[in-house]
Amino acid sequence: MTSNIAQASDSRTSSEPRMIQMLTPDGERISSGEYDAFAAELDDEDLRGFYKDMVLVRRVDAEGNALQRQGQLGLWAPLLGQEAAQIGMGRALRPQDFVFPTYREHGVAWCRGVAPETLLGLFRGQNHGGWDPQEHNFHTYTIVIGSQTLHATGYAMGVGLDGEVGTGDPARDTATVACFGDGATSQGDVSEALTFAGAFNAPVLFFCQNNQWAISEPTSVQTRVPLFMRGQGFGVPGVRVDGNDIIAMYAVARASLDSVRAGHGPMLIEAFTYRMGAHTTADDPTKYRDAATTEAWAAKDPITRLRAHLESLGTPEEFFVEVDAEADALAARIRENCISMAEPDPAEIFAYAYREPHSLVEEERAEYLDYLASFEDSTEGAR
Amino acid sequence: MPTLALSKAITAGLRKAMEDDDKVVLIGEDIGKLGGVFRVTEGLQKDFGQRRVIDAPLAESGIVGTSIGMAIRGYRPVIEIQFDAFIYPAYDQIVTQLAKLHNRTRGHESLPVVIRVPYGGGIGSPEHHSESPEAVFAHHAGLRIISPSTPHDAYWMIQEAIDSPDPVMFFEPKRRYWLRGEVDTDNRGPGPHTAQVVTEGTDVTLVAYGPLMPTAADVVAAAADEGTSVELIDLRSLNPIDFDTIEASVKKTGRLVVTHEAPVFLGLGAEIAARITERSFYHLEAPVLRVGGFHTPYPGSKLEHHYLPDLDRILDGVDRVLAY
Ligand SMILES: Cc1ncc(C[n+]2csc(CCOP(=O)(O)OP(=O)(O)O)c2C)c(N)n1
Ligand SMILES: [Mg+2]
Repeated sequence: MTSNIAQASDSRTSSEPRMIQMLTPDGERISSGEYDAFAAELDDEDLRGFYKDMVLVRRVDAEGNALQRQGQLGLWAPLLGQEAAQIGMGRALRPQDFVFPTYREHGVAWCRGVAPETLLGLFRGQNHGGWDPQEHNFHTYTIVIGSQTLHATGYAMGVGLDGEVGTGDPARDTATVACFGDGATSQGDVSEALTFAGAFNAPVLFFCQNNQWAISEPTSVQTRVPLFMRGQGFGVPGVRVDGNDIIAMYAVARASLDSVRAGHGPMLIEAFTYRMGAHTTADDPTKYRDAATTEAWAAKDPITRLRAHLESLGTPEEFFVEVDAEADALAARIRENCISMAEPDPAEIFAYAYREPHSLVEEERAEYLDYLASFEDSTEGAR
Repeated sequence: MPTLALSKAITAGLRKAMEDDDKVVLIGEDIGKLGGVFRVTEGLQKDFGQRRVIDAPLAESGIVGTSIGMAIRGYRPVIEIQFDAFIYPAYDQIVTQLAKLHNRTRGHESLPVVIRVPYGGGIGSPEHHSESPEAVFAHHAGLRIISPSTPHDAYWMIQEAIDSPDPVMFFEPKRRYWLRGEVDTDNRGPGPHTAQVVTEGTDVTLVAYGPLMPTAADVVAAAADEGTSVELIDLRSLNPIDFDTIEASVKKTGRLVVTHEAPVFLGLGAEIAARITERSFYHLEAPVLRVGGFHTPYPGSKLEHHYLPDLDRILDGVDRVLAY
């Protein structure tokens, strides 16, 4: 019977897939097979660094929310809950690697040295992306869902053409990271990126943060199979990792990046995590999800978990106090730098439409600036 | 007569269309439980079920492409695109398939698909959330394009769009979603493809549509204070354009200003200027002037008030057309 054939191959009926985990929600360190080797290099100092990173980006996030509520930002996209996924990936990168982010990658941005207040420019409406991607090997945020996965793949194809892959020189071999969400996996661009990556054996790592939601839509709206399996038909093997476990995240990212840099082909990581906050400050999650699920995920919090582990290692209380103080100072700095951003100059509108002078843009610019100047003579002033 | 916000008038129109014809299905991102990011479909999934109010995977090309298939099967899909610039992944399906299948099948298939597009700026959003791509689609034969500016029109025009056997793009002025007005549910308007003279005047004709209509009404009042009588036309239909109504007005006033948020360069104003010049050259006292967006990407929200035509800029256009 055909229905039986369909049922037999329906992966939804199979048992829960394997998920790499090295730190339980209670902070207990556990083994995770072949990935253990990649976590072995982490010493206590590294773990404290991870902890600090996560606390600081969580504070950046809280400040983003607060600034939006106070009218200083037009919008903010919170990363709450995804700190381990992003810091784990960010800290596994080498300087020459290149990242193509979505709009929620504040933790990866942090690791790439983009100052948090620089991120705020976009959310404040000063500009559409205020940093030099080449300076940080971290591209501008992309809002159109999925587009950047193709850019990452193309960049990786360029890396391949340059021969900066599989040389064995750790300072040369380069991986490109394509960040995207669970919702994004439905976009044609993402399937096309997987196609190109597979066909060209591009040194690209697909980094899917499955935070269980695409605004109001649960992952089940997007996919019938677990997302780490999405790449298989394209020749892009995948692994699911506990995205709230920074040790596992780091180890899986390290392992995958090493493999990609060595020229073994594209890979996909599904970081299994949860969007603890609203989609953006414009969203109201009470409309579509119950608090109980969110609370259950709160018990798997990435920071609490690492803190418990650090405490079990005998980390002194002063360390945590110092990190909190540093977070307070960071928040104050961001706030100050956000509020004091100068109003952008209207001439900016015309400044970057083209690289070379363009007659129509020049004409419109001159006309508009003249028009504005005409108000300066009068008492009213332009609104 | 109920008084409704423009968004809720669309909701009411959708509800009526779904009650009248069970082949009407809604599809889009977050339109189910959430009711859409602007709440236009709020309550409809609860009342009509998940089979008729479909939360789609996050894939605009997929949404339009599968809607085409559903229409071929006899349904009347009404698509919600979440924000204007997120329509572009579907551009191919819209222009190569949706717009052309009636022609390709030599009339054997009609494609009663409606694409609802919240458009325009002024809501302080990041990139891609404030664009006005109507002219891009008006350029392609096979698509009808309409845009209401009042709750009454919103209520009726969405139903007329769904009734149409042709594909219709329904551009919703998102910054006016909260604009309230009376909706006469017994008497429809003049039909979807007729322009409407909103205020009669004698000195200048001002053509606007969608989000700029309230601004244009302010222009009429401000000009009146300066002693200028402006005749205001709400275009309502962007393809086809009701040139007859504009022509009749221009033959009276001799002067025309067209305003839209979309870029001036190759915008609807360019087509209107050319046609009206062809039709009423000897009646024109001045060239047709356009006030609109620049040939630049839509700027960050801190700068959007420069980009968007406002009272002063449109009034300046009126002054300039009078100065000839
Ligand atoms: C092409 C496109 N369509 C729709 C949107 C509107 N939108 C912004 S974020 C989002 C959900 C994305 O979900 P996911 O990929 O899971 O990423 P997350 O926001 O959860 O990080 C949608 C639909 C968009 N930005 N781009
Ligand atoms: Mg998501």
